[in-house]
Amino acid sequence: MIREFTVSEFWYLLQATRWTILLSIVAFVGGSVVGFAMTLMRIAGSRALRFPAMAYIKVFQGTPLLMQLFLIYFGIGLLGVQVAPWTAAAIAFTLYASAFLAEIWRGCIQAIPRGQWEGARSLSLRYGQQLRFVVLPQALRVAVPPTVGFLVQLLKGTSLASVIGFVELTRAAQVVNNSTFSPLTVYALVAAIYFSLCWPLSRLADRLEARLGSHLVPKVQGQV
Amino acid sequence: MNYVFQFGAVPREFGLLLQGAWLTVKLSAGAMFFGLLLGIACAQAKRARWRALRGLVQAYVDAIRNTPFLVQLLLIYLGLPSIGIRLLPGQAALLAMIVNVGAYATEIVRAGIEAVPVQHVEAGRSLGLSRWQVFRFIVLTPALRAVFPALGSQFILIMLASSVVSVISAEELTAVTDMIVARTFRSFEFYFVATGMYLVMSFAFQAVFAVIDRRLFGRWSRQA
Repeated sequence: MIREFTVSEFWYLLQATRWTILLSIVAFVGGSVVGFAMTLMRIAGSRALRFPAMAYIKVFQGTPLLMQLFLIYFGIGLLGVQVAPWTAAAIAFTLYASAFLAEIWRGCIQAIPRGQWEGARSLSLRYGQQLRFVVLPQALRVAVPPTVGFLVQLLKGTSLASVIGFVELTRAAQVVNNSTFSPLTVYALVAAIYFSLCWPLSRLADRLEARLGSHLVPKVQGQV
Repeated sequence: MNYVFQFGAVPREFGLLLQGAWLTVKLSAGAMFFGLLLGIACAQAKRARWRALRGLVQAYVDAIRNTPFLVQLLLIYLGLPSIGIRLLPGQAALLAMIVNVGAYATEIVRAGIEAVPVQHVEAGRSLGLSRWQVFRFIVLTPALRAVFPALGSQFILIMLASSVVSVISAEELTAVTDMIVARTFRSFEFYFVATGMYLVMSFAFQAVFAVIDRRLFGRWSRQA
């Protein structure tokens, strides 16, 4: 039965948008925690800490997000635990976000001149104190624009959760399209919804970047 | 965990996987080449005197960068037929990838072009070079040289994003893997192998870009 595309379909899409937003937030928060730990490992002096973090980042940045989703979705299933698509998606996007955030933050910390570390050490601060009171506050300033930029990448990335059957915005679009068969309307509308979520964030990132004067540096941004 | 991994089926299907990987390489290379051309054209258009053209290009770049690739792909593959444009999965996939990478390339190339000092252009003009010669030798070449590393990273991201086109069953690596999984039920094993192949491809593309960088731009130092 073909239905008309009406306000109720539109309402259904908007409701599914909540899940897109929620998944992004969960992945961002989880990714920040794991990613920060990875950052610390990545900048550590000991090779035993640095190397696993490097490998972790390389693997997540060098493989498709879709494959990561599949591996985690089916991999958890192998452990004998039945997981809902929501759980698998939340775990997968958390890991994905952590790898990218770790790499972004590593760059920001390493952009802080060596003299800052040395100065802090000469004040006899311990490593943790050097990091906490001297380096991180300065790195944080530089880190905000690319982190906001990554949030856009993450929001767009959650559209892939539709492939493992999690009903977020893109999946909802497929459902609506199957019953109304008006793909142009449905997907244009969905694109507009994504745009209205991502564009303000992109603008914010650009503005913050311009304020720091780093907007002339060519920027690589995830595109899924 | 009492699951027994069975990689035994992998060698039997390896030829098929390689075929898929080859299509991934072809799609990606096509998207990189035409995407770069599109990016250069749009970067130039963004500096045009005609305001409507600048606005149009900016709208294109913003629209692409703030919506998911999956939605763009579905809009092209499912939406375009409603206005009479019917594409095969492979064609739709390539078109979506070109349109997508073109928007990101625009921003990167623009950053490179803006970094070219005005004095260089003036010097070129005063030597009697034609507008095309000035553009080709004095603006574009140094601009591309300056942003080549960023372009390379962006290109690798589109290669990884190409796994998404499996959704419309263009038979690249991910789609082939899906097919094999549906037949053999060895989901984890095959996704694992496919992920490894993507990792190898991203390293291979990195190596190729390093060679191109040396061959094309090696005569000049990176610092403009």
